[in-house]
Amino acid sequence: MTDLGPLIPRNREMHPEPYWPDYKTSVARSPNQPLLSLESGPSEETGPTFGHSRFGALDNNLILNWTKGAAPAVGERILMHGRVLDENNRAVPNTLVEIWQANAGGRYRHKKDTYLAPLDPNFGGCGRTLTDENGYYQFLTIRPGAYPWPNRGNDWRPMHIHISVFGHSFGQRLITQMYFEGDPLIPLCPIAATIRNRSQLDRLVAPLDMAHSRRLDFLAYKFDIVLRGRRQTMFENKLEGM
Amino acid sequence: MVQPLDHQPETPSQTAGPYVHIGLMPTYAGNAGYYDQEIGVSPISDGAQGEVIEIVGSVYDGTGWALRDALIESWQADSAGKFPGQDGADPAVSGHCRFAADAVTGEFTLRTVKPGRVPSRYGRAFAPHISLWVVARGINIGLQTRIYFEDEDNEGDPLLSRIEQRPRVDTLIARKIGDGKYRFDIRLQGEGETVFLDI
Repeated sequence: MTDLGPLIPRNREMHPEPYWPDYKTSVARSPNQPLLSLESGPSEETGPTFGHSRFGALDNNLILNWTKGAAPAVGERILMHGRVLDENNRAVPNTLVEIWQANAGGRYRHKKDTYLAPLDPNFGGCGRTLTDENGYYQFLTIRPGAYPWPNRGNDWRPMHIHISVFGHSFGQRLITQMYFEGDPLIPLCPIAATIRNRSQLDRLVAPLDMAHSRRLDFLAYKFDIVLRGRRQTMFENKLEGM
Repeated sequence: MVQPLDHQPETPSQTAGPYVHIGLMPTYAGNAGYYDQEIGVSPISDGAQGEVIEIVGSVYDGTGWALRDALIESWQADSAGKFPGQDGADPAVSGHCRFAADAVTGEFTLRTVKPGRVPSRYGRAFAPHISLWVVARGINIGLQTRIYFEDEDNEGDPLLSRIEQRPRVDTLIARKIGDGKYRFDIRLQGEGETVFLDI
């Protein structure tokens, strides 16, 4: 097998602070000790693959997948779409993208969510897809509502969709959240604020994308995701220290 | 001005939040029915070669409380040390599993085959290990760690040998508690804090 080289080390300055007192749950769940930094090996450079055969036609259609097409979910219809790339700007094809979200009123289909907004009998809030050969993915869904949560006195989550991506190796594993352009709650959110680098937080905000919206049907939001890349040098395995 | 690099930074992580299970383990969350086949239900199927083992444990926060909402993924080689997709790998080992801390007890169980030794890029082999990735509400970027085994030869493992404070090596080693049964606890913070990896 060709050696593509180790994964590019994570630049943790670009990621959220693990310990962030304004997000109270992080206080007891963040390590005190520094992480052990090492070059990746086979355990991080390999990863699971998922064949097309296991995917159903409605897996990436959250408007219809809870009722299997019987009735559509309530809410603003949107197309969430974009590409999965790596740090070297290469497309990541055939990789699993999973999403989950609240319904249009800001309520999750979860036992522990007791928010006043009702469940939508026609909305589950979970979808998945594989990127195509160019790293492209899309989901048809509804725009989730903002909702209050118990943290500080009166904290609200901005509208957001949770996203989980695999890439081609276990060391690329990433979970993040997509926010929506223009949402005034983003600057107030202590979870968004865990990312101290403002330009990095901006990369989680999906712009309205009228060119990909469909008249009399749905609006579109574009969200590209960048995963760790590999160092890839043509000198790999030749000179120690090169 | 200099030439721009043809490089862009990784997308920043955000917490998986309290409702991660509805997205990644819908049947576990009580929302069965989306998919015929969910992701990561088991890392092995019938006929997997090697010793079938069961690892139980909990994920503790800095106050000593076992998380009820942690979600863990594992990735590993087969019993011969080959990863799925590599030439000669065991077709009955997918190598990937998703499992949750129990909503009542906080205990998780991983049933798999014990992996073999894995060669490193520089020759020295890694002792048998399973890679873990832990996410939950309050964890802002997934935590990476590894399970090693107390009944394997861990001497000279390239990762374990890099841990300066030798007592901390124990935090990565599963204890044998019975025939084919091990215990591996994860401590997110404080006394006995697990060694987490930046790898």
